Amino acid sequence: MPFTWLVLIILTIAAFGYVMGRKRALQSAGGDRRNLHSLPVYYGANVAIWAIVPAAAVLVVWMLAQPFFVNSRVLATLPDTLVSEGNSIGLVMSDVRRVADGLDVAVQQGAMSRAEATSISTETSDVRERLGEVGVALGSAVSPEVLSGAQRYRTLNATGSVIMTVIVLLIAFGGAGYAYSRSNADFRARNTVERGILALLIAAASMAILTTIGILFALLFNTIEFFKLYPAADFFFGTKWAPSFSGRGGASDLGVLSLLWGTFYISFIALLVAVPIGLFSAIYLSEYAGPRVRSIAKPLIEILAGIPTIVYGLFALLTVGPLLVSMFGKDTVGWMQGGTAVMTAGLVMGIMLIPFVSSLSDDIINAVPQAMRDGSYGLGATKSETIRQVILPAALPGIVGAILLAASRAIGETMIVVLGAGAAARLSMNPFDAMTTITAKIVSQLTGDADFASPEALVAFALGMTLFVLTLGLNVFALYIVRKYREQYD
Amino acid sequence: MDTNDVKISTKDVQVYYGDNHAIKDVSVEIEDKTVTAFIGPSGCGKSTFLRCINRMNDTIDVCRVKGDIRIDSEDIYDPKVDPVQLRAKVGMVFQKPNPFPKSIYDNVAYGPRIHGLAKNKADLDDIVENALRRGAIWDEVKDRLQAPGTGLSGGQQQRLCIARAVATEPEVLLMDEPCSALDPIATAQVEELIDELRKNYSVVIVTHSMQQAARVSQKTAFFHLGNLVEYGETSTIFTNPVDPRTESYITGRIG
Repeated sequence: MPFTWLVLIILTIAAFGYVMGRKRALQSAGGDRRNLHSLPVYYGANVAIWAIVPAAAVLVVWMLAQPFFVNSRVLATLPDTLVSEGNSIGLVMSDVRRVADGLDVAVQQGAMSRAEATSISTETSDVRERLGEVGVALGSAVSPEVLSGAQRYRTLNATGSVIMTVIVLLIAFGGAGYAYSRSNADFRARNTVERGILALLIAAASMAILTTIGILFALLFNTIEFFKLYPAADFFFGTKWAPSFSGRGGASDLGVLSLLWGTFYISFIALLVAVPIGLFSAIYLSEYAGPRVRSIAKPLIEILAGIPTIVYGLFALLTVGPLLVSMFGKDTVGWMQGGTAVMTAGLVMGIMLIPFVSSLSDDIINAVPQAMRDGSYGLGATKSETIRQVILPAALPGIVGAILLAASRAIGETMIVVLGAGAAARLSMNPFDAMTTITAKIVSQLTGDADFASPEALVAFALGMTLFVLTLGLNVFALYIVRKYREQYD
Repeated sequence: MDTNDVKISTKDVQVYYGDNHAIKDVSVEIEDKTVTAFIGPSGCGKSTFLRCINRMNDTIDVCRVKGDIRIDSEDIYDPKVDPVQLRAKVGMVFQKPNPFPKSIYDNVAYGPRIHGLAKNKADLDDIVENALRRGAIWDEVKDRLQAPGTGLSGGQQQRLCIARAVATEPEVLLMDEPCSALDPIATAQVEELIDELRKNYSVVIVTHSMQQAARVSQKTAFFHLGNLVEYGETSTIFTNPVDPRTESYITGRIG
């Protein structure tokens, strides 16, 4: 039975249970809802929850566990000779799965009967050709061991699915029945539903946290794998970035320093643009602008934050780059060779960061109590004296936090760099040279056709880990500063 | 009671918050070297009127002031008058102590610094010490001038704010309920201080406490619903009021 059907049936049971549970609870109260402990909907919802939650939990666990179980059972039947012929276990198993999938497709398209798929053998027919006819291309002729493995794989999976369907449906019915039997006037359905909602919220929260941990571990394991193939000292202290493109050669130079330099240089220029403009516009909006100007200007600035970074990248490539070349290129001072440069990417990234700085700073400046302003005005200070000497010092920790958050955005930015700064890893002081960043190199290392087990591809994870540690550190530091600041006025 | 020169004189002052007519036809003459108390129920306009005297209402967009307010016979709403300069001459102390998040020294030195009152560092030190002495807080803070002003107790903070206002050598000191956030002991200290300040300044104090008005002031003005109902010697207002509304208020029947 297809998976969708199973889900639909469970939902039907839940819907039916909802109606029945509600009805039974009302009946037990003699039709008067005032005699019930909870509102009738809670009794219905209770039955529905009992129908869905245990069944869904079993379904998820089963679907996670079945492939492991089937794999190990099939693997046990495969002869050892097959594996030791210079193949890895993973490759053999992927052959098996591919043939099994091919048989499924053939049955589905009607090119093969169900019975034929289970009985077909390499002696009587050419399996590779038969599967080729239905569009499943196999790399080599199918060996009898792989074919029998594939057939066993299919049977196990089919049996597993049937058992799963039966068990899940039984649990759904059982849950609904159990909750239905308890639906009477004294049952505290409201409290049960409340607990169900709590569990749902906890599940959602832990899902986000577990994903973060999962990403971290995926990065970590691949990074460790990389450092087994490439010396860590060369990675961290190497100044040369020159991966060999064959993907197999051991002659790559994978030093992170030139990439780190590019990352910091571009981020620095971006902050040089974003911090003064963002801060000054925040001061204007919060201290000088009237409510009308503010209500128009603030959303307009925040639109900048909503522009996709690829659009900024286009802007850098097509507008800012050529403009800078015409200003600093061969025709004038000759500092700039091409449109892609640290300056190009830095300027555009700075524009992108303006709303981050201005919006957060605006909130923080507004949080400075009016009493501070009154005190300063009352002593005969002008507006800008008040801002410089009272408001900014009071808001400074929060503003620093805002700037650090913008910095971690800048360090993680990719598309603007790819399009605006070029792809050459270089250690140079000239802001009009093309350089590149960690993020841009991760993209280029993983989108090539290098072998995934080679250091040239795995270095992307080490780069990712470096970036992760950098931005995490900045974020933690920023949050620490922002929080410390908040305690002053609350 | 000896009579002093008139320091502040107002005539037919009207204040509007948008469409709301908050102060109606207030004419009053406030004397130099005197403590004048403004009393009245909440929302009667006494704080608003106080804030007209140093043009603090200019910082509120919807607020409009009409009429004539003169300090030493000079119209303070004249276009030639710089409100920033005026506020240095008319100091203000607020309801809630509001020291800046700076050191005690920098809090007091704030005004003298922006107005360039000190010749050099030693001069500034003297100004700060003098102001803190006049704020009756010098002995408590002289050993920790570099400690943050926000770390002091509520009463100390308020006296620091008074010292800060005194440091710019104002001629008039406006106090908007300076004791409402303080406990009785701190209140007593601040009241004692106000009495001291009378020797040098014209002090105007807004208060909700009639006992406080009776204790510290020589003149009292009673405001009700935006009108100045009665103005005169404090002893007269509290013992023998002319207007029945004043009597109702001080005996606790309205307000």
